Amino acid sequence: MYDVIIIGAGVSGAAVAWQLSQYDIKTCVLEKCDDVCEGTSKANSAIIHAGYDAAEGSLMAKLNVRGNEMMDKLCEDLDIPFKRIGSLVVCIHKEELPGLKTLYDRGIKNGVKGLKILSKEEALSMEPNLSDDTEGALFAPSAGIVCPFELNMGMAEVAAVNGTEFKFNTEVKDIKKSDDGNWHISTNNGEYVTKLVVNAAGVYADVIHNMVSANKIHITERRGDYCLLDKQVGGYVNHIIFPQPTALGKGVLVAPTVHGNMIVGPTAIDTEDKEATNTKAEGINELIEKAGNHIKKLPMNKVITSFAGLRAHEDGHEFIIKEIEDAPGFIDCAGIESPGLTSSPAIGEMVCDIAKSLLPMKKKDEIITTRKAVRRTEGLSAEEMNALIKENPAYGNIICRCESITEGEIIDSIHRPLGAKSLDGVKRRTRAGMGRCQAGFCMPRTMEILSRELGIDYEDITKSGGKSNIVLERTKGEVR
Amino acid sequence: MKSYDIVIVGGGPAGLAAAIAAKEAGNDSILILERDKELGGILNQCIHNGFGLHTFKEELTGPEYADRFKQKVFELGIDYKLGTMVMNIEGDRTVTAMNREDGMFTIPAKAVILAMGCRERSRGALNIPGYRPAGIFSAGTAQRLVNIEGYMPGKEVVILGSGDIGLIMARRMTLEGAKVKLVAELMPYSGGLKRNIVQCLDDYDIPLKLSHTVVDIEGKEHIEAVTIAEVGPDRKPIPGTEERYTCDTLLLSCGLIPENELSLSAGIEMNAVTGGPTVNESLETNIPGIFACGNVLHVHDLVDYVSEEAKRAGYNAAKYIESGCRAGNTSGNIEVVAESGARYTVPKTIDTGRMEDLLTVRFRVGDVYKDSFVSVYFDDERVMHNKKRIMSPGEMEQIVLKKDELVKRSGLKKIVVRIEGE
Repeated sequence: MYDVIIIGAGVSGAAVAWQLSQYDIKTCVLEKCDDVCEGTSKANSAIIHAGYDAAEGSLMAKLNVRGNEMMDKLCEDLDIPFKRIGSLVVCIHKEELPGLKTLYDRGIKNGVKGLKILSKEEALSMEPNLSDDTEGALFAPSAGIVCPFELNMGMAEVAAVNGTEFKFNTEVKDIKKSDDGNWHISTNNGEYVTKLVVNAAGVYADVIHNMVSANKIHITERRGDYCLLDKQVGGYVNHIIFPQPTALGKGVLVAPTVHGNMIVGPTAIDTEDKEATNTKAEGINELIEKAGNHIKKLPMNKVITSFAGLRAHEDGHEFIIKEIEDAPGFIDCAGIESPGLTSSPAIGEMVCDIAKSLLPMKKKDEIITTRKAVRRTEGLSAEEMNALIKENPAYGNIICRCESITEGEIIDSIHRPLGAKSLDGVKRRTRAGMGRCQAGFCMPRTMEILSRELGIDYEDITKSGGKSNIVLERTKGEVR
Repeated sequence: MKSYDIVIVGGGPAGLAAAIAAKEAGNDSILILERDKELGGILNQCIHNGFGLHTFKEELTGPEYADRFKQKVFELGIDYKLGTMVMNIEGDRTVTAMNREDGMFTIPAKAVILAMGCRERSRGALNIPGYRPAGIFSAGTAQRLVNIEGYMPGKEVVILGSGDIGLIMARRMTLEGAKVKLVAELMPYSGGLKRNIVQCLDDYDIPLKLSHTVVDIEGKEHIEAVTIAEVGPDRKPIPGTEERYTCDTLLLSCGLIPENELSLSAGIEMNAVTGGPTVNESLETNIPGIFACGNVLHVHDLVDYVSEEAKRAGYNAAKYIESGCRAGNTSGNIEVVAESGARYTVPKTIDTGRMEDLLTVRFRVGDVYKDSFVSVYFDDERVMHNKKRIMSPGEMEQIVLKKDELVKRSGLKKIVVRIEGE
């Protein structure tokens, strides 16, 4: 019997867990995948938005601005890479210049600080690789870039060390309210009973919601294709560069990542398939074409990987965060599309407030509020490195050459709260395999470490849980 | 850390041959830094035969070929460190490296030989659309899993790209009981050696489809199928030509990229065509005392050529030190230019004062040429015109220049290599 069950260990579910874990209640997170951060949270622009896009007075606007404000402290407390590098919305058609003013005015009303409309000259002096067609730009200094994996994992890990349970590979099949007023959640892993349910199921939030409510909601999976470029060109732009927004979204952005790569994307293509994270040639071609409109000679020959994510676009284009009228004790956290990542800590706060109004809870006497990410060796001096290697020689052994990730870091990623169980789990926690060779060299070596540290056979090592096994069987020549 | 005259970055075939040659040229202060657990580099996983026909006049497996060089390194007492990653090379030839035992250390070397090899082009860099499931490997990664770790990635295989490792793996997977359904090649010609197409595909009835590529990958968790389509002369898929192949493994053999991140950090000039450093007749880069050889310089087809080239780099490094590290004319007095059909040359410049009596210039062609001529021009005069029955991008070509002929022609500025129809 739980007080609160959160469905989904993406960034929203993790944020709710992070907030609730301060209280003396029994909380559990159910996640259908093998790890946290497996859906929309892992495949997005990794941008902390300033907050001028969302409609004035909307929940999106409010939580965006609040989430942005919370980000500095959160990222410091949870050791999450975050850089407030600022964004530029670039106008390349003179007749569209009034659009910048519209965004500016909306941003002011939404409470965004520091907005400024720049002339062509000002914009180009800040960002020399902008197109020569630039007519002006809206500068938002409070926008930033973050590691979305760390943001998600950081909040989840803190929740876990504060006592929140996480059940992975646990998919919700049905939810029923029993006569005693509790929710009974059927999963492939047995039944869970709880007083409150938080629906943070991302693109599946409509399915989960519709299990309990007569007032149906509908989510469209809006696919976004992305390209990630080599670190060699990571400094090609120094701010987040947006085109002017359209009805379909904020358009194809170009931005540095916190790890020094450059990201280009997303497209916006509506699908009706919750698993359709496959990239399409049209999508990649569209990126190449569109991103070049605002940036001079974008080095698209430096792509190291491409991927696609699905935005959970609810028909009303607004966050749905509330207790459902016809399902008391069931709290929706649905329609969390952009600016969902930015808003996540504020979403956690808001859901926590709703839960507090429904369930008596008080703060625990002792709460862990900080967390350290995997100890990184990048940027350490020779002295620091040598001290570390003396203490633990595994830090002297480079496994991923492209990103210079050591065996020590990989071992750390495995033996930590909610530790890595798969190659992708290691990759998202350490960056091993995320570089230009895309794990060509380090995959077998990371497999060796996973096998040894987790005591599992090679055949049982997966890319990311489920049926994503890397190898099938021993070669026929092998003698056991 | 002990100091060394010559630090060799990489203990694969290039690094080993360079070390042996430097030692035999009289230098006694050589250190090989190898990131893997043993010397030999990629040869350790190349368990097929066909190595050493030029060098040893016999057919060896990769590990056997490597072992000949390793034994020589041991005999000569050349120092080496395993499990050691070079983290940085400065333009002043200071090498920073790291391992479990020594931690992070720097060696101020008098000469550095770059022998880091190359890596495979990844699925990401190829922009293949579709899902990103398990079961997609670069051919070399699969080769390591099968030959070193002893595991089969799958049983139903499609291979994209007809580079040599892909061809070798088509045979290897077949011998291990897998069904290799197809090798698809984007280009209208194979990127691999003719002998590998015959011995690895034809002999096993594995179809090779030229001008074809993968246009979709199915399978959310594990790969289930790929869609192959024919491409036009613009290398774009032709609608209507799609064919679906179920598979549990997709191997990629779509090109090798010299691993020059360290060279770039040292400030070494790169050749945009080879992806390797621009070098002179001594295989010396624009930075005096930094030499390059093997696949980090340009991707080779035969390891015998790697060994031969690396030997020159090692010898020249030893001579550089013997001369008191006299920075020669690194940019030479003669430029070597590749034109019309020839894509590049190694070396790019020649200083006749420093060249040996015979100098091998290696290059590759950009297309398949039948009954054509390799022509060499000294400035505007054609001095060599050799007919070749067939030349293809997968096979390296070479010409040999004689020092006395170059010296005879005072004022010679430019040597041009061209492929000519007649």
